[in-house]
Amino acid sequence: MSNFVVNESTVILALETSCDETAASVVMGGNDVLSSIVSSQIEIHARFGGVVPEVASRAHMEALIPVMQSAITEAGILPSRIDAVAATAGPGLIGALLVGVSAAKSLALVWDKPFIGVNHLEAHLYAGLLDDPTLQFPLVVLLVSGGHTMIIEMRGHGDYTVLGRTIDDAAGEAYDKVARYLDLGYPGGPVIDRIASQGNAEAIDFPRAMEHDGLNVSFSGLKTSVINYVKKNPDVANVDVAASFQAAVVDVLCTKTIRAAQQIGAKGIVLGGGVSANSLLRAQMSERGAAAGFKVALPSRAMCTDNAAMIAAAAWHRLGADGPSSLSCGAYPNLKLDAVPR
Amino acid sequence: MIDCLSRGVDDTHLIAAAIARLVRPRDMVVLSGDMGAGKTAFTIGFANALGVDSEEYVSSPTFNLVQSYTSGRMPIQHADLYRLSSRAEVEDLGLRELADMGSVVVVEWGDVASDVLGDALTVHLAHNDDADDERDITISVSGHGWDSRWDQLATAVRTWSVN
Repeated sequence: MSNFVVNESTVILALETSCDETAASVVMGGNDVLSSIVSSQIEIHARFGGVVPEVASRAHMEALIPVMQSAITEAGILPSRIDAVAATAGPGLIGALLVGVSAAKSLALVWDKPFIGVNHLEAHLYAGLLDDPTLQFPLVVLLVSGGHTMIIEMRGHGDYTVLGRTIDDAAGEAYDKVARYLDLGYPGGPVIDRIASQGNAEAIDFPRAMEHDGLNVSFSGLKTSVINYVKKNPDVANVDVAASFQAAVVDVLCTKTIRAAQQIGAKGIVLGGGVSANSLLRAQMSERGAAAGFKVALPSRAMCTDNAAMIAAAAWHRLGADGPSSLSCGAYPNLKLDAVPR
Repeated sequence: MIDCLSRGVDDTHLIAAAIARLVRPRDMVVLSGDMGAGKTAFTIGFANALGVDSEEYVSSPTFNLVQSYTSGRMPIQHADLYRLSSRAEVEDLGLRELADMGSVVVVEWGDVASDVLGDALTVHLAHNDDADDERDITISVSGHGWDSRWDQLATAVRTWSVN
């Protein structure tokens, strides 16, 4: 389809502004990450006591130019070496997405290079492949973050089916809300992960919702059971609540992902999204996946959370398969996994 | 003000559905109540009653801030202010503008920014100390947008009403 030649020396500058993070990256040949800059606001969040100041478009506008300049400088290239410019076009917040899309389209126009609008969810699938390009299809990808929890069948580049998803809260959200309830600080995922190692994971038998019920998951009931349990047992140790809660989340995610891999005859299991940085999830998925006969790929922690390198990787595949997006490509807040921004 | 008793998540879905049948584009619906009170559960019942397709999964927007569902009788914008800390951030989300463009806007934790959101129907959900599954649900309104519908609303939720 495409008359644009994409090869291992094609250099893509990608921008990611779909939610909290402003990120830019330069990637060569689809998997050689020359730079990946994320203006992580975690330090600032902690100072404000657990919430995100200025999440929306204004913060991205302020951060984008310096982040982009650092990405180009750190990549050690001249801007003229960039062959294409990509940006996340959805899903995400409309105002936040527009900052990245408008900047990328402007650069593409000025430099006379192709522009690629990238689906953020698709890009998360490429985070695992960036770290291990030898993975064979079909794969089952567990995409698990603050905003998403999905079990996805990936049959090839651009060929996906969502096999299961959360019917209420995302796993990362459950972590943050339980941490907030226990007054453990922000972000909740790393805190619970850290103190859980000091607690007894069998202290409290929290429910494994929908365990025998297809490939969907639910975490809202678990969050409510933690709250109810702590209300009735105010003297319980936080470390035991954290360990038992984490055991329930990880158990459900592993059970469902491995079940999905067995159902489709997957050649491997890949983790993606912020929660895949969780140490118990990484350990259990590796162990239980291997026991079931699957190769399990764990992306580096930097690739788990929102970043622009995965946007560049997805853009490289899309540019080769479909050619550039049009400069009339907009921002699509509700973009579905299998939709390609044009 | 209407006080209702929900005996479980099914009742919460039905109360939400009764309200949904009376909403119009440009309505703002504010949901308040503690963590785990059932704000997202309410929205699931609300969206289903407006005919949102089961392929459009209604889930908590805490991290994504705003999610929209477009397959029903009118577009629904489902927002969550839990992570926000300032009035300016709420203004940045442009929720009033989304409503003015013809959506019904449902805002979890919206009570913290009622001055930014403007006139609204507020549904407060509270844990009931007597039973884990029960919720006290209070419906109230600011502005005049519901004047002509208030009696219908009271009738629609009469099954659960404790007034």
